[in-house]
Amino acid sequence: MTAASYLTEQRGLRSWLFTLDHKRIGVMYLWSTLLAFFLGGVLAMLIRLELLTPTRTLMDADTYNKVFTLHGAVMIFLFIIPSIPAALGNFVLPLLLGARDVAFPRLNLASYYLYVLGALMALASMVTGGIDTGWTFYTPYSTSTGGAVNLVTLAVFVLGFSSIFTGVNFIATTHKLRAPGMSWFRMPLFVWGMYATAIIQILATPVLGITVLLLFLERVFGVGIFDPKLGGDPVLFQHFFWFYSHPAVYIMILPGMAIISEVIPVFSRRPIFGYRAIAFSSVAIAGVSFLVWGHHMFVSGQSVLASALFSFLTFLVAIPSAVKVFNWVATMYKGSIWLQAPMIYAIMFLLLFAIGGLTGLFLGSLATDVHLHDTYFVVAHFHYVMMGGVFIAFLAGLHYWWPKMFGRMYSERWSRIAAALVFVGFNTTFLAQFVMGSRGMPRRYYNYLPEFQPLHVVSTVGSWILALGLVITAGYLLASLRKRPDAPPNPWGGMTLEWQTSSPPPTHNFETVPVVDRGPYDFPPLEAEEELAGRRA
Amino acid sequence: MDWLRNLLMPPRGSTFADQVDPLFWFLVGLTAFFFLLIAGLCGWFILRYRRGRAVRRGVAPTHNTALELVWSLIPLALVIVIFFWGFHGYISAAVPPADALEIKVLAKRWLWQFEYPSGLRTVNDLRVPVGKPVKLVMISEDVIHSFYVPSFRIKQDVLPSRYTQVWFEATEPGVHRLLCTEYCGRGHSDMLGTIQVVSAEEYQQWLDSGGGSGEGLPPAELGRLIYTQYGCEVCHSLDGTRKEGPSFRGLFGKPVLLTGGQTVIADENYIRESILNPQAKIVAGYQPVMPTFQGLLDERQINALIEFIKEQK
Repeated sequence: MTAASYLTEQRGLRSWLFTLDHKRIGVMYLWSTLLAFFLGGVLAMLIRLELLTPTRTLMDADTYNKVFTLHGAVMIFLFIIPSIPAALGNFVLPLLLGARDVAFPRLNLASYYLYVLGALMALASMVTGGIDTGWTFYTPYSTSTGGAVNLVTLAVFVLGFSSIFTGVNFIATTHKLRAPGMSWFRMPLFVWGMYATAIIQILATPVLGITVLLLFLERVFGVGIFDPKLGGDPVLFQHFFWFYSHPAVYIMILPGMAIISEVIPVFSRRPIFGYRAIAFSSVAIAGVSFLVWGHHMFVSGQSVLASALFSFLTFLVAIPSAVKVFNWVATMYKGSIWLQAPMIYAIMFLLLFAIGGLTGLFLGSLATDVHLHDTYFVVAHFHYVMMGGVFIAFLAGLHYWWPKMFGRMYSERWSRIAAALVFVGFNTTFLAQFVMGSRGMPRRYYNYLPEFQPLHVVSTVGSWILALGLVITAGYLLASLRKRPDAPPNPWGGMTLEWQTSSPPPTHNFETVPVVDRGPYDFPPLEAEEELAGRRA
Repeated sequence: MDWLRNLLMPPRGSTFADQVDPLFWFLVGLTAFFFLLIAGLCGWFILRYRRGRAVRRGVAPTHNTALELVWSLIPLALVIVIFFWGFHGYISAAVPPADALEIKVLAKRWLWQFEYPSGLRTVNDLRVPVGKPVKLVMISEDVIHSFYVPSFRIKQDVLPSRYTQVWFEATEPGVHRLLCTEYCGRGHSDMLGTIQVVSAEEYQQWLDSGGGSGEGLPPAELGRLIYTQYGCEVCHSLDGTRKEGPSFRGLFGKPVLLTGGQTVIADENYIRESILNPQAKIVAGYQPVMPTFQGLLDERQINALIEFIKEQK
């Protein structure tokens, strides 16, 4: 054959660096965010290794504080936030809509370069003194400590614009570039999830930008905003910070949910159960997410009335989240469930996200949060949501669209071995942290009381199993790239538009403009019955 | 069930534990129920409807309004119950009784200082009477700290800009651990203290004796008392064990290698300076985490500590 794909039509470094193709930008984002994940992961392993013993194991307290700060900042700002929208979303959103590209291709490339600039600034902090504030930059600690805080706050500012550009692009693309016949309720649910994410990105991120800028002004010019020594209010910083950073949690999880909404119907051969409920719950979550930031501050000294309101509103987020989980499970009912790698990760998501979501009830509830706040219970909770939720969904999406992105199938056998290790390793690492947290082990502790050592050892051993699973994943995915292209256009039998074009797609995506005359999950009727008949015959 | 209780929660030392723990266990049960429900349904569907298995599938509905209402409204009802339950406990923790004993708390990197109504001060060692509400009025001297006593189920941030307060009523005599739970830098995880719950009589006696201020004790014995009362023992061992700071064993009169390569003799003036201005000379291999005790210890007490350290041969 072969018609030139977006990977082969142009060659050379220049053709990548100056590309305006959403697929190439998505791929560049993919490798960049995976590199960030690798770095964040190495830092995580160092943290777990240090915590193997109650006192010093391999680094001093200052180094430990810098390591956990960088782990959090790298994972959140350089991996989780951009990973699904900017890497996978960039690649598939226009394809799912039947579009030629995103609405603003130049803005898209600018977003990538802002990401690279922000990432380099953040990483430069490692060689210019490090930063030991925690990823939350709480004042007045962050205004009084030394190191590269100024550089990192500016990096977060730059990264914020990268995120806003992606959001603007996705909203415009979704409104203006849908293929003929694709009404709002014929859009794949991934698009709904990206749309809800983009709304939060453009409304909440500016607040983070302003907050870190104010922090910068205070540190550099001594303008009193947060530091009480200068007449500021340190709790005000927490309000500003969480006004962005709580919605940001949904910038992270909504794309994960969006992937699960694609994978489960395809691998169950069933239309998604409750399409509108899932679509609207994404938008509902996006809306309510702006009204819950104070649940990070129940013991901060904010008013009791504020805490009560924030607690109540927090519980309201539980409803659309629960609705989604029930809908996904119901989609499998009477399906024809095909346990390939994307589906294995989707089911893993359901289980881990369920634990992450349900343990959130302990923290949304006022009386129990007072005991659990800032302990390892919180650490375990957000790792179940962020890693067990978002990252596992990212793996589901990566395995789902990998053949489309690179035209290669990966080893299904190795993917199962890796998935089993990831599942066992993840739960070993973080279940132990729930237990030590509710027993009173505070987070961000370099030394800890000897009574917690057995649980820390379990957690550290779990992190090794988890790491092994991820190394194997990297191995078989990279190995697939060395093969000749072997992926058919539609390896999973999906009905959405990206599967109608070749794998990998041509630069212009579709040979003819697709016309949409049905929903995204209208699998051929009775196919399951036919399969059944075929087996019997 | 006691083993399960002890596995997941610390011992119960205050009246709040009886409010927080039932809700905690209710949530544990709820989590287990919904997790098993979701996992069970997933497992059942995968086994029954996996691809290639001969089973009658029929046509399942793509939505079902009644079912969707049920699985929205039941969680809604549950979270409203949880909200009010949690709110109830939080409100009672927010309002201290009028007759509560008031103790002032000053937090700074990295120690806790307590000041009693009699004017007595202690460091990292809070002593309270059993069965009596105690209200702590807290302020920080530098960054934000957080006052956390796991067995009391209380936690409250301590701010540098204004007072915050927390109260509790200990239910039986015993010793409880106090931890800092707002990240405050290098010594954050060493910012520990103990809370000793004693009978009302013992408390009064202790207070009357000036916190066992050691009037009339020989200097070295007074030094031993201060060594525990002021939390020196958290970082400095007596048996040569390496903790956050150098051990006192065999310290006096010996040469000490400092960061930067100089050597000093650990004499009276060196020890005095290390107590009042700990950042001046850092022992090689250690982190500068010690807070200053300027204003906390008077000359008699410093002298007593030096005598005590001399005795650690």
